[in-house]
Amino acid sequence: MFKKALSSPHIHQPPYSTQGMMFRVILALLPAAAAYAWLFGWGVIINILLAVGVALVCEAAMLTLRSRPLLPTITDGSAILTALLLVFALPPLAPWWLTTIGVAFAIIVAKHLYGGLGFNPFNPAMIGYVVLLVSFPRELTLWSLPAQLAEHTLDFRATLNYIFSGTLPTNLTIDALTSATPLDVMKTQLGLGQTTSGIMAAQPVFGFMGGKGWVWINLLLLAGGLWMIYRRIINWHIPVSLLGSLLAISSLFFLLDPEHSPSPLFHLFSGAAILGAFFIATDPVTAATSNTGRLWYGAGIGILIYVIRSWGGFPDGVAFAVLLMNMAAPTIDHYTKPRVFGHGDKDA
Amino acid sequence: MEVAVTQNGKRRFAMKLWSFHGGVELPGHKQESTIRPVEPAPLPKRLILPLSQHLGAPAEPVVAVGDKVLKGQIIARPGGFVSAPLHASSSGTVVAIDEHAVPHPSGLSAPCITIETDGRDLWVEREQQTDYRQLEPADIRETIRQAGIVGLGGAGFPAFIKLNPGKTIKTLILNGAECEPYITCDDMLMREQADEILRGLLIIRRAVQAQHCLIAIEDNKPEAAHSLQKALQRIESDADNIEIVMIPARYPAGGEKQLIKVVTGQEVPSGGLPVQIGVVCHNVATAAAVYRAVEHGEPLLSRIVTITGGAVAEPRNLEALIGTPVMELLSACRTNFNVLQEVIMGGPMMGIALANHKVPLIKTGNCLLTVSHGEMEQHPAVQPCIRCGNCADACPVSLLPQQMYWHARAKDFDKIQEYDLFDCIECGCCAYVCPSNIPLVHYYRFAKSEIRSQQEQKRKADIARERHERREQRLAREKAERATRHARKKPGTTDENKRAAIQAAVERAKAGKQGAPSDDV
Repeated sequence: MFKKALSSPHIHQPPYSTQGMMFRVILALLPAAAAYAWLFGWGVIINILLAVGVALVCEAAMLTLRSRPLLPTITDGSAILTALLLVFALPPLAPWWLTTIGVAFAIIVAKHLYGGLGFNPFNPAMIGYVVLLVSFPRELTLWSLPAQLAEHTLDFRATLNYIFSGTLPTNLTIDALTSATPLDVMKTQLGLGQTTSGIMAAQPVFGFMGGKGWVWINLLLLAGGLWMIYRRIINWHIPVSLLGSLLAISSLFFLLDPEHSPSPLFHLFSGAAILGAFFIATDPVTAATSNTGRLWYGAGIGILIYVIRSWGGFPDGVAFAVLLMNMAAPTIDHYTKPRVFGHGDKDA
Repeated sequence: MEVAVTQNGKRRFAMKLWSFHGGVELPGHKQESTIRPVEPAPLPKRLILPLSQHLGAPAEPVVAVGDKVLKGQIIARPGGFVSAPLHASSSGTVVAIDEHAVPHPSGLSAPCITIETDGRDLWVEREQQTDYRQLEPADIRETIRQAGIVGLGGAGFPAFIKLNPGKTIKTLILNGAECEPYITCDDMLMREQADEILRGLLIIRRAVQAQHCLIAIEDNKPEAAHSLQKALQRIESDADNIEIVMIPARYPAGGEKQLIKVVTGQEVPSGGLPVQIGVVCHNVATAAAVYRAVEHGEPLLSRIVTITGGAVAEPRNLEALIGTPVMELLSACRTNFNVLQEVIMGGPMMGIALANHKVPLIKTGNCLLTVSHGEMEQHPAVQPCIRCGNCADACPVSLLPQQMYWHARAKDFDKIQEYDLFDCIECGCCAYVCPSNIPLVHYYRFAKSEIRSQQEQKRKADIARERHERREQRLAREKAERATRHARKKPGTTDENKRAAIQAAVERAKAGKQGAPSDDV
């Protein structure tokens, strides 16, 4: 408890160490990761192992190049967490080079070229994802079908084979294994002039609240997120304001025009909103830091997610919304400085 | 909600309390040193009395080496208005007036008077004081000034200045919060000398003419509150408008500004003093010292100090003479020097690690906290700041510690002042909760001292520049004056004048050639 310090305080007892926080976030992600693998097959597990491996290799290489101590940083869990978050954004059958490029870009460029953990202005996982999204848009739309819908499933060997060599068993084509994501389908069909109720009824990817299978993953992410708030690993401000603003704006449009606006529940449970709210936007390095600032930051992301989903060029907007608000975080911090003790309100 | 105890022993709901932002809950570690009663420390062979044990100018010696001094005799007079005199804590001979190690974070030496005690502890002749009620506030203040009393809570601000408000005082607060872990000297004082504290309070109340008095105690000290309540009943009619308030134990509730916020809801303005909002705050130990000075003519010669921590076999509080070497105090409580790794003067949050164990106890030394080998983490590796915001949540002043840290690292001292660096009270909450082990307070101290030295340099540069400018002006003025004088001698420069001058010169030359005697012929 006591530490050899240059000056006071001589005792030190944080609720969690930096490493402890990272590994608890990873722990909170695991149930959802397990569900993801359960529903979408071996590809998820192969992707996780590949991504974590690439992340650690890149982290070690960059630390060596930058002449930084290797062990304390590589064991802090931050690279593993980045890799894991990126895997949630990638299709389960993503080819190995896609995962590798995304993770490598995240760790090498988005993290270390900015100065490493704590110095990166943008969320590395989201940078990695966006690089892939703008460079290889087709690969990112080839999402495998959840277990309930799939007529064919690949065993471990076949999955491994496909990810690393791109070859499938002779009787299968990739189209039989994949489909567009629920948000993608919704966007395309709305663009074709369909109504939301018609789309939900006609398209097999939809379940009772959103995409089939996705609901379960999102519920487990929600549980993990609530656990993190309960254990005070993250603050409630960003998730609440993010989901709150997304709910508010989607409810507004849903009430105005339910036939052409997907329901608030669809918005919450079909895409990456919950992952973003609890696991991505809460990355403290890239978020606003004061509690008021966090509320604005989260609300901004929530609104931007809706705007991008509804009127933007991409089916989901979490990554872009987070990156845009990352950019705004220093400004938000500047305007939300708390009133310092003994200062008048004018200083607030 | 805690129950406040009022003067007549009537229990009623607590007065309304406020809270301050942030703070941390700390493990108290107070019970270890409260089991045993306070005992007098053994009389040391040598007393080392630093001339600066208070905020403000150091005292100036009025004795010489070889002088015999008696207990309570003034050996150094105040070096200015914000200063305090120093008294011999026991009788003996002055053997040195020189530099000696003092309790200071840098381990620096400072001028001290060393007295070799004669073991007889003979008092100087004391003025027996009359009833304080017959004293004028100004007399009380002068007595307290002469007694060398400084704030015993930690800062060591000369107490008489805070008794001289020059403004109507609504609330007088006695601070018995003692919010730092391990320290129990105020707790034990309140338990054992409640009457002295209350009498001191009455004297201070008269000096500042306060309308209302509060004694604030953290709720982890019920024995102290009980003892004060009993004492309050004994002073009967004098006890009007004195209230004992239990406040929630949350560090740093005993910080002056935080305590004032908790009990009055008012915030002392940034950079200001409590008196600006009609509040005066003194430590309970200061009140007891005031009582002794006014009613017994005893200057501040001793204090209660907690000796505790992992290396001490018998943690307890000692009533020790100011100037007693800390090693003797540690020995008196059977400290195991084999496992002793570090001694902290003060508490674990704000105390200073003693670089040198030869230092003496000073007036503000409330605790000697020993740290044994097993208690200390070996090398807590500093990791990068991940901007988690734990520090901002813990800051009792609502600062943004991590922003200040970035600016301190970047040595961007303008920016860090925009983040109100100088409102930082160095309580240590931010560093306590930092998951990356960053010694945040150290960075703020560094920034503060850099800024202060820059300001000092700027001040000097300004003086030099002004001096230079004045010199330039003077030179220019003198030049102008010379020019006018010159012009006056040879009036005018018009052509006519010039011609006349040339003419005159030619004539002078002619006359000279003709008439002047030639030396070299």
